[in-house]
Amino acid sequence: MEAVLEARGTGKRFPGVVALSGVDLALRPGEVHALVGENGAGKSTLIKVLTGVYQPDDGTLLLGGEPVRFGRPLDAQAAGISTIYQEVNLVPLLSVARNLFLGREPRTRLGLIDTRAMDARAAELLGSLGVHADVRRPLRTLGLGTQQMVAVARAVAAEARVVVMDEPTSSLEPREVATLFDVVGRLRSQGIAVLYVSHRLDELYRICDRVTVLRDGRVVHTGPLAELPRLRLVAAMLGRDLDEVRREGSTRFDGASSVASGAPVLEATGLARRHVLDGVSLTVRPGEIVGLGGLLGAGRSETARAIAGAMAVDAGTVTVAGRPVRTGSVPAAMAAGVVMLPEDRKADGIVPGLSVRENIALAALPTLSRAGIVSRARQDAIVDRFVTRLRIKASGPDQKVGELSGGNQQKVLLARLLARNPKLLLLDEPTRGIDIGAKAEVQGLIDELAAEGLGVVLISSEFEEVVEGSDSVVVLRDGRVVATLHGAEVTEDALISALAADGD
Amino acid sequence: MTPVSPTGPAGSASPAGPPSPASPTGPAAAGAVTAVTAVTRRERAAGIVQRSGAYLVLALVVLVASLAFDSFATTGNARNIAIQSSFLAIVALGMTFVIISGGIDLSVGSVFALGGVLAAYGMRWGSLAAVLLPLAVCGAIGLLNGVLVGYGRLAPFIVTLATLLGARGLLLVITDEGSITRVMPADSLLVRLAQGSVLGLGWPVWIVVVLFALGAVVLNRTRTGQSVLAIGASRDAALLMGLPVARRTTLLYLASGLLAGLAGALAAAYSGSGVTIVGVGLELDAIAAVVIGGTLLTGGAGTIGGTLCGVLLLRVIQNVINQIGTLGSSYQSVVSGAFLVVVVVIQAYLSREQRL
Repeated sequence: MEAVLEARGTGKRFPGVVALSGVDLALRPGEVHALVGENGAGKSTLIKVLTGVYQPDDGTLLLGGEPVRFGRPLDAQAAGISTIYQEVNLVPLLSVARNLFLGREPRTRLGLIDTRAMDARAAELLGSLGVHADVRRPLRTLGLGTQQMVAVARAVAAEARVVVMDEPTSSLEPREVATLFDVVGRLRSQGIAVLYVSHRLDELYRICDRVTVLRDGRVVHTGPLAELPRLRLVAAMLGRDLDEVRREGSTRFDGASSVASGAPVLEATGLARRHVLDGVSLTVRPGEIVGLGGLLGAGRSETARAIAGAMAVDAGTVTVAGRPVRTGSVPAAMAAGVVMLPEDRKADGIVPGLSVRENIALAALPTLSRAGIVSRARQDAIVDRFVTRLRIKASGPDQKVGELSGGNQQKVLLARLLARNPKLLLLDEPTRGIDIGAKAEVQGLIDELAAEGLGVVLISSEFEEVVEGSDSVVVLRDGRVVATLHGAEVTEDALISALAADGD
Repeated sequence: MTPVSPTGPAGSASPAGPPSPASPTGPAAAGAVTAVTAVTRRERAAGIVQRSGAYLVLALVVLVASLAFDSFATTGNARNIAIQSSFLAIVALGMTFVIISGGIDLSVGSVFALGGVLAAYGMRWGSLAAVLLPLAVCGAIGLLNGVLVGYGRLAPFIVTLATLLGARGLLLVITDEGSITRVMPADSLLVRLAQGSVLGLGWPVWIVVVLFALGAVVLNRTRTGQSVLAIGASRDAALLMGLPVARRTTLLYLASGLLAGLAGALAAAYSGSGVTIVGVGLELDAIAAVVIGGTLLTGGAGTIGGTLCGVLLLRVIQNVINQIGTLGSSYQSVVSGAFLVVVVVIQAYLSREQRL
């Protein structure tokens, strides 16, 4: 079958890095094609080449067999290539309907936007995807998952021949994921090619027909997905022996980390805030990883934010290493040794335009400067130490963080936090949006850090990660602690039944 | 800031029955993909004040002034305010679009003055030339701004600062360092148009009405207007959505230049001569009017009606100070400035309240 979109011999170089080299990718009509690879393997770059954001340095793009060149995203979209990005790239202040049809609004005979027809078609379109929302409301009034579904609807509405989905499920609830998969199935039956990028293997095996594996900017495997067992897929991605992968497992947490002891590094009691937290108490000892379990909206992130001083509380106290800390003040919490890795690293964490060095040194500046003058030598020493220690893959400390892959950005953030020599590390979704290899690395790092005596609070929406990574788990529901699991009690079953138990 | 409850007040599908306990089926029990409202009543109120606060303040100031000064609420004074507002309004209209797109156009004051002088200069070839010449030159300056900002990706602040200086210089060249003031004959069509009135309102006021109506339609009901909002909200998102960002941006600065030139030509015709000293600081008045009108200086949101309101407010304050008489006209700037600070502070507060 002839490919609807094909990339041949694609090469793309950035200063100091070869992002893609001789990559071939053929998307056939009516197939769901998985694109997998570790962070930095070149997935994002390849997508950007296919969608006209980047121009390739080598190779050709063929659309229906004809060579094409996309000078900008508009050209690719005009050619029928729609893209759904990992982060919602819509206009929050405009209405849902306007977002759906931006740039191709239905018009009246006078050439004006036909708002009534637009609203009706928007409602119909979203309805067909199982989303029910008032399409006249500003997009920002919807939840993140619904916003992502609007992005999907926008892509589907464009009469696309190819739909590219870059980690489309990373902000979706399970129910929404099911809806998305229905949509993918519908696209396939309409003969549309879907390029599906995800690091969630379960998803790939559920919906993808073929797979292309990228490693270090090259294609290392391409073929039907069903013929490729999971272990082989992971081995191909990581570039490791099958046996090695089998031995290590795909995650490297060793569940039996040393049981923490000693005086608590954190004691939070009765944290409360109207509608959000209802008397949450939490104790973390040095070397202990305490997981926060719960569903979305249970108050996990809010608990962490309250401890970090990023959210004011109505009541409750926070004590770090025996000393009370003023709540509602980030500087106070930081001075006490509490640092937090925020959930949304793009918005709240990294400064993409600054270099790796600057990003790491940012938070540690007070300790690196004397009389306001920053010592470059001490800065370099610290940066070098963390780049090595956390195995940050960058062309050098001067590379802009925005150019790094998601996993490496996360490590830069982690390095920045660690540069302050914290006592307590709050991690909100530390592995979201990063692939298996980097995930295992980040998880391994967390274990190492705890082993060195750091107290860690871990939040993850993946139960598996919470259970495997934590020494004890505090289960939250509706802003309240409903159960605390210790040691051997920490199992997925126990977590789920604690969530499901009728606590009232 | 009140947090959001997942079963918020509006749009939620959950019935108003007893709260259902967490079901053992886990997340799936959270219900269908129904829009979860993420906006509290307080945020909504903040949004309303943000959008229409200027109207309230304008009404209040007019009311107080009417009660305080007998000469304020007269037809003559109202006409006066209207005509005085009209030239600034035309400039502010272009500025509104530019600011909504996340940019700024500092050149409009100089371009306004240049438009006036060129109109007087072009008058030797007739009224048509007196309109077309300023439009052509001012449009070219706007186009230059647009190309540099839109395609060249240069900072609008610097680009338009450069054209501000350039246009001022050009102005001095064609007026021989400002020593030549060209008078526009009172019997010419353009002057009669600018000074004449219909239905009790001067022609420039009607032009403003038409232009603002057009502007509102363009912003809200055309693809161009929507893409301007999108560019202002997030240029990256607009690019990724395939909107013609560079072309639209260019168009905006072109329009801003054209409107400033038109306003200058009309103002010159209204006063009967093209003088070089007008328009100094006019760009700042225009920006002030736009911001007072509720347009976000960061881009992405704004209304045409708000800008008109902002212009009127500035001019009414000016008028009131003139009515007081004992206050020198220098106090106009002081009061306008103080007013602007108050508005910006309120806007910042409202934006935060809405978590924009």
